[in-house]
Order: sequence, then C-alpha cells, then structure tokens
Amino acid sequence: MSPDRLVHMANQIGTFFRSQGPDKAVPGIAEHLKKFWDPRMRNAIVAHLESGGEGLAPEVRAAVEALRPVAK
Amino acid sequence: MALVHETDFGTPRSPSETMVTLTIDGRSVSVPEGTSIMRAAMEIGTAIPKLCATDMVDAFGSCRLCLIEIDGRSGTPASCTTPVADGLVVHTQTERLKQIRKGVMELYISDHPLDCLTCSANGDCELQDMAGAVGLRDVRYGYSGEKHPNPGLDESNPYFTYDASKCIVCSRCVRACEEVQGTFALTIAGRGFDSVVSPGMQESFLGSECVSCGACVQACPTATLNEKSVIEIGTPERSVVTTCAYCGVGCTFKAEMRGEELVRMVPYKDGKANRGHSCVKGRFAWGYANHKERILNPMIRSSISEPWREVSWDEAFSYAASELKRIQAKYGRDSIGGITSSRCTNEETFLVQKLIRAGFGNNNVDTCARVCHSPTGYGLSTAFGTSAGTQDFDSVEHTDVVMIVGANPTDGHPVFASRLKKRLRAGAKLIVVDPRRIDLVRSAHIEASQHLPLKPGTNVAVLTAIAHVIVTEGLANEAFVRERCDWSEYEHWASFVAQPNNSPEATAAMTGVDPQALREAARLYATGGNGAIYYGLGVTEHSQGSTTVMAIANLAMATGNLGRPGVGVNPLRGQNNVQGACDMGSFPHELPGYRHISTDAVRESFESLWGVTLNNEPGLRIPNMLDAAVDGSFKALYVQGEDILQSDPNTKHVAAGLAAMECVIVHDLFLNETANYAHVFLPGSTFLEKNGTFTNAERRIQRVRKVMTPKNGLEDWEVTQRLANAMGFAMSYQHPSEIMDEIASLTPTFAGVSYERLEELGSIQWPCNERAPDGTPVMHIDHFVRGKGKFVITEYVATDERTGPRFPLLLTTGRILSQYNVGAQTRRTANTVWHEEDRLEIHPHDAEQRGVRDGDWVRLASRAGETTLRALITDRVAPGVVYTTFHHPDTQANVVTTDYSDWATNCPEYKVTAVQVAPSNGPSEWQRAYEEQAAAARRIASPAEAAE
Repeated sequence: MSPDRLVHMANQIGTFFRSQGPDKAVPGIAEHLKKFWDPRMRNAIVAHLESGGEGLAPEVRAAVEALRPVAK
Repeated sequence: MALVHETDFGTPRSPSETMVTLTIDGRSVSVPEGTSIMRAAMEIGTAIPKLCATDMVDAFGSCRLCLIEIDGRSGTPASCTTPVADGLVVHTQTERLKQIRKGVMELYISDHPLDCLTCSANGDCELQDMAGAVGLRDVRYGYSGEKHPNPGLDESNPYFTYDASKCIVCSRCVRACEEVQGTFALTIAGRGFDSVVSPGMQESFLGSECVSCGACVQACPTATLNEKSVIEIGTPERSVVTTCAYCGVGCTFKAEMRGEELVRMVPYKDGKANRGHSCVKGRFAWGYANHKERILNPMIRSSISEPWREVSWDEAFSYAASELKRIQAKYGRDSIGGITSSRCTNEETFLVQKLIRAGFGNNNVDTCARVCHSPTGYGLSTAFGTSAGTQDFDSVEHTDVVMIVGANPTDGHPVFASRLKKRLRAGAKLIVVDPRRIDLVRSAHIEASQHLPLKPGTNVAVLTAIAHVIVTEGLANEAFVRERCDWSEYEHWASFVAQPNNSPEATAAMTGVDPQALREAARLYATGGNGAIYYGLGVTEHSQGSTTVMAIANLAMATGNLGRPGVGVNPLRGQNNVQGACDMGSFPHELPGYRHISTDAVRESFESLWGVTLNNEPGLRIPNMLDAAVDGSFKALYVQGEDILQSDPNTKHVAAGLAAMECVIVHDLFLNETANYAHVFLPGSTFLEKNGTFTNAERRIQRVRKVMTPKNGLEDWEVTQRLANAMGFAMSYQHPSEIMDEIASLTPTFAGVSYERLEELGSIQWPCNERAPDGTPVMHIDHFVRGKGKFVITEYVATDERTGPRFPLLLTTGRILSQYNVGAQTRRTANTVWHEEDRLEIHPHDAEQRGVRDGDWVRLASRAGETTLRALITDRVAPGVVYTTFHHPDTQANVVTTDYSDWATNCPEYKVTAVQVAPSNGPSEWQRAYEEQAAAARRIASPAEAAE
C-alpha cells in the first residue's frame, strides 16, 4: 500500500473528526480506521508511523498510535 | 400463466376517505367521494362502454360512448365526468342509451379503416371491442374511412409506429404524455376530419420532444400507436409480472410473451413504485438480451495476451477454483476477493458475499455501491441508524416543497420524475441545488422556485449555509428536535452553523451561489409545509460525500421533516438493486443487515448456520483491492456483473491493478472492458432468465420472475453455487426462495420476508418483522432506529482537486435518459439513436475562449489522463464547468477522473475533476492504443486454434 495514499486518506478522516470537537478527534479516527480499514492497511499506516510518520496530522498520529499492534 | 388483463376502471382512484353510496343498475355500491360513476360501476363489474377514458388519465368526456341515465336528472351525461353522489340511481343500459351508443359507434367506424384481420391490434383493440359491446351491425355512412387523414406511417421512433389513419382522436395519448409522463410532446392538430395527433409542431416522433416513455402507446385504444415488436411478432399470449433491471425506481412490468419470445414489456398498474408508468429503458430497451455480442459459453485463458478458449462449465469452474486455491496457497488467504453486483438479485448478491466470507475465508467483498451510494450508507446510518431512505415514492404526493440536491431525476430516475412533476404541476414548490440547469429547473408547466447553481465540490458549504439561515432566522422546529433528537448535540450543531463564516454571504465566494437566493430557498424548505429532500450522486461522489449526506439529514431533523408521508431524506439509488446489494452484506466491514463483522454475536449466528469460522476483521474495498494488487498483495478477483474498468475512476490505475492480478474471473453478459484483463469468463443470465428479488430505492423488495430459459444455461445464483462447490465450500440451494429464507433467518430487518409473503403482498418494504409484518413504507415515525437523531457538525473542506492555470475548468459527470451507466446494455439496443456518443457540454464563453465550435473534437485532459470527444456548446453548464456522460468505452471519461474519494467510504470523487479543454483532431493516443488492446483481448479462438 502506498504510504502517500494511506496518509492522504487518514488525514481526510482526521479532518472530519477534528471538526467534531477536540475530545472526539483521536478516538473517532482510531475507531474509524479499525472499523473500515483492512488489517494490511492498518499495518501499513502503523509501519509508516514507526518509520517517522511523515505527513500524518497530529490527531491522526495519535490515533494510529492507538491502533498498535494490529492483530493480523 | 395466461395474459394478465388489468382492470381499466376508466378514471383514476379518488383519494377521498369519505364514502358515498349510490345504486347502479339496481345494485348498491359505496365508493370514495369524487369517484366517477364510470369507476363506481366498474367496481361492481359493470363495464360501461368507453373509448376516450382510461384510468391512467383524468376524465375527458369526448367520446360520448359512456353515457348513462340518472333518475331525476335530465339528459344522458357521460359517466366518466359525472361524479357519484349519495342516493343516485344510475342506469347504464337503456333503450335510449343503446341507440345513442350505436349511433356514436357508427360515426367512429365510418371514419376508421376496416382492415381488422391484418391489423397489428387485432384482438387487442378497444374500438373493435366497443363495436361488439354496443351491438353494432351496420354503418350507414360507409366503411372506407377515407376521410380520415392518412399521411403515412411515422416509423421514426425505433420502438413504435404512428399510423394516423387509425386514430380516433380520443386524445388518450396526448393526455398520457401530459398527465402521466409530464412531457407535453403531443397535441391534436387540425379541426374536424383533419384532426390528427401531432408530436410537437407536426414533427416526427423522433424529431419531437417525445422521450419514448411508451405512455402514449399504452394509452392508445387502437393500432395508431403500436409497438414494432407486436407488429413483427403478433400479440402476446401470456404475461409474467417482473421487475425492471435498470434504475433504482424498480418499475414493475408485465413481460408479455409468445412462447419463449418476449413480445413487449408493459408497465404494471399494480406496481407500487411506478403505478403503471415506464421509461424508454425499461419499456423498450431489452434487446440486449438477444444481442449477437452476448457470450453464452464459459471461456478461460492462462494469460490475457492469449485468445479466449471456450470450455464446458465443469472445466471453467474447475480451472477457476484451482487458480483461486493456488493463489491463496501461494500468497495467503487474504490475497483474493470478489465484487457483488447491484444489477443482480438479492439472492445472487448474498451468495457471492457468502462465498467470499465463508468459502474464501476473508472479507474482501465489495460492491458497485462503493462508487455511488456508500456515503448514503455511512451518513444515514450515523444520523438515523439505518442505511436507507426514509420514504416510499407515494410520499411525493403529500409533499409541499421538494429540494433536489445533485440529482437529475428526469434522466436518471425518469418514472419517479414523472410522479414528481405531477405533484409540482399540482402546486408543490421546487428547489434545485445543482451545478447544471437540469430539465426540472424549467420545463413544461414546471419552474423551480430556486435554482442554486453551486460550484462543483461545495455541497457542504451550501447545505450548511441553508442550515445557518434556518437556525439564525428562528425557523427550526425545536419541538421536534427536543422530542426526537439529542438536544445537546443539536445545540452544539446550531451554534456551529450559526457562525458568521457559515452564512450565505460569507460562503458565496466559494460556492458561487447568490446569498439571497439561498436564503429564499432555506425559508421555503423550512416553512413551506411538508419538505422532502431527494438526492443523487451529485451528493455522494465527492470527497465530502458522507458529510453532505449528514448535512441533508441535519436539515431534515432541524425542520421536523421526518417520520410522516410527504417529507424525509430520499436517496435516489442509481442501480436496480443497489439498495439490496448493500442490504445483503456486500460491504467488507458488515454482514447482511448492516451489522459489523466484528460483532461477535452477529458473526456467530452466521458461523453457526454456515458451519465455518468467519474472519472478524474488515476486508478491502474496491479501490483498496486495486491498490493492493498494484502493491502485489492482492492477486485474484471474482467480479459479478460489474465493469470496473469503465465505471471506476482513474482507468489507468484500475487497468494496472487488474493487470497485476493472476486470476480475474468476470461473470457477465458481455465481454466488457474489465474482461479484457480476465482469465475466466462465466456467462451471465439476464433478469428475464432468472428468479430472485430486487430492492429498490424505497426499500421495496420485489420479485424478479424467470420468463424464459437462460440462454447461457444457468441462472447467476447457480453459477456462484457451482463455483463455491468447486472451491470445496458446499452449497445446495434448489431455488432462490431457499436463499431468501436463509437471508430472513439471519437478518432481523428481513425476518418476515419470504417468497410466499411477496406473492401475497406484491412487494414488501423492509424492515419487515414481527413489529411490521407487512413492511414499513415510512421509517422513523415515532423514533429513530438509533434512538435519538444525531446532529453532526459539517465543516466544509475544499477538495484537494484544485483548478489552476493548467487545468482551469471543473469537470462533472452524469447520465442521460436513454443510456444506462457503462452502457453495456443500452448501447446494445436501439437507444443509441438518442445518444450514440458521449459529448462534452461546455459553456459558450469557455468554448469561444478556446476556439471550440459545436460538434468539434476536443481534448479533455486532467492530471490523471486525457481523452477526446466532441463538444456540445450549451449554457446548461455554468462558465468554468464542463460535463459529460460515461456511457461509451471509446470515450472512457474515467481516464480523466482521479483517485480522490470520500473521506469515510472511499466513494470516488467523480463529480469534481480539474481539466483543460482544447481543440483536437480526433482520438487520443491512449484511445487508439486502448482500442487495439481491447480488440486483441476479445479474441476467441476458433475450434481449430483451440485444439492446437
């Protein structure tokens, strides 16, 4: 999975949940990724975070952090 | 089954609930106030002779055949125009009436050619029937009919002929065009003997504004307007009631047959979605079923550079299964997946997702709803708790204000559009939110109160500005919100929309919408009575598609426009079974009934019945599958009834994904564009050749009935079942009804659905269960499915697809009436006379700047790719906006569209692409290369080649 594309998609999700209020952003993003992203996509974004997480918005970084470890 | 003759009551049903009792021919009858005496008589089985009356249109009173006598009243009034009244005593057959009727019929027959034996309507002619009914035995004025105008046949329409010499000037066709279809293409020209039905200003049918819906043909009592198929084949001998396989309206038709040959499709009056009406596609465009390009034998090949080799079904299934298993063994369980089809039945869709979840052992299943209404599922589920529209189509009859957002019903959902237009002509108001001036903005006897021609991509800003006006001007229905919604969430939302930056004035620079017009629209929607929002893909196919759906839900909740007839949030679903495909668990994250795969109790109920352990993680969506294929982790795909190469965005990326796979199985009617990259082709069956159900945009489950033997030998559910068995996952259904029983046993909203109940009720709108045994026409009446309605903050976020010096125009795409989606079916019918190529609509100002004249070839280029097509200069589009359809593979509009997609669902952003347009000499390099590659990929080896 191209990290650029995953980062773009994750940041889009982040933009929406950030607008719902500061307390809802990180859990909202994390829940969305867990509910709708296939494990290989979650693994890829986690791997991207572990290699520096370039391009990830702050709330998205925190949410991806919460995803670790991906089960499969 | 014999030919179904529906009762013609002569005049429409009265909606009154007040009953009136009268006596007709000595029999007492009670009918609603406002009913005609003609209809009241028919209610007790008394067919008063008639010619100009039919119950699809209002009474006209011109033929003078339906006369009656009423005790205490003088004269012989027409029963069609005389309403019932309490205590009336009516006589339908007296000596006086008999003499008058005979005299009238003599006049009709004297002006009609008596070629009955060779007439195409012989045996199906109301004039013939009435001559018999009145006992006509002689015509004192002669039989030649020579005085009647006979300008010759008009055969310009590909599907029906117009023979003026047989016209009795009853005006039924004219009235059907006006009242049922709402096009007003027909009139009566001339006077006296010269009277003749005239399309437009005495043009040909094809050259006029006629949209070929067939309402006039259906209304004609003689052979004046007659289907060419009837003229060629003869009259049908049996009917099978079934459901159209085109758009999400879900029209019910009688397939009228002679043997196994389909003679014609006639809209069924008892169809609860269409109420007896049709459009050019469902009524006439079924010729693809017999098209010479249809593939009837399974085929395989080991490489897409090889020609196809025809094989037996057994060999095809064996090869496909061995490849799928080989790939899973080599690349892992999650390296394969499949796509269900919104064109196929609920039962077929259910089986494909079952095969993938239980047979493949993963959740890599998705459906074409991904690229159309997946944001509807997410948005409405979030707001209301259910991934579906709230109303039935009948609801529009109770609507006072209609807001259409990003939909073009007269082209995309024409039968619903006709019902909508009827309501608008009766006085309902219309707001259109659309970048284009769609037909509904101004057409015959219809004019929108407000058209908000927003810049593509700014839906959220416009809808939030409408909410701003409603909240800041005190127009919200707070009583409804307090009772039905989460009040604290409402307060949070209200304070958000009330911010000055969300006002119409502040957002006008982004949206391009006149602030005053927007304010007027908001006031009208909030205060004009029952307000209903209908929307289409102009809402969903954006990077903020899901947010837009939630913005629409916010508006409906804030104004209390939910939970009763006449209101609601109504997604106009694109394909015949897109609702059903979603209901059946086609999305990778949820099982049938929209229940998440990670919910243990739900998953366990399926595991228990299916005897397998299911993966509890979501699978890949279509765009994710293609990305994963390019990356090398996704290697095989089973595609049922979808052409992702033509329909999905960024064609080059789709092609790269498909080319990277080791086994692509296409299950379809034709060698579509995706099949150019396929290794196994499994021939499909048409909707005429199988049993099952479709679910339309109003959640209405309707039967699809087999009217002929599948030309390929198997119904589609049988193909999936045999593939599953070849994979080693046993399925043994004998009939689709057994599959529906399984669906009902596993899905609470379908618990009361069965083929027996569908036979009994005709159709069922889910939820159908113990609480709603006959289904649910209107949802959320007392409470939302999720409990309290949820207001969601809808902050406008501009798309990342931006115009600039290189790509200064915005491209948006859509459909046209005569063609359907990728055109696989409609391009293989005579509908091509209306639309033989995709054209690029461009505003005169933009065209002049580029030196483009009407009809010129132009190059349409974006960051993703380029194609060429011919220009159509029109001010329907605003300056800066261009528009095209995507019906033709030689244009491939999706070469131009990008990978950008909805934040929540990955629904592609088809509606916003930054482009440049320039004059061109003809097809692009890419188009030429594609044509060459496609021709090579479609080769089928001759028997001699195959034997080598």
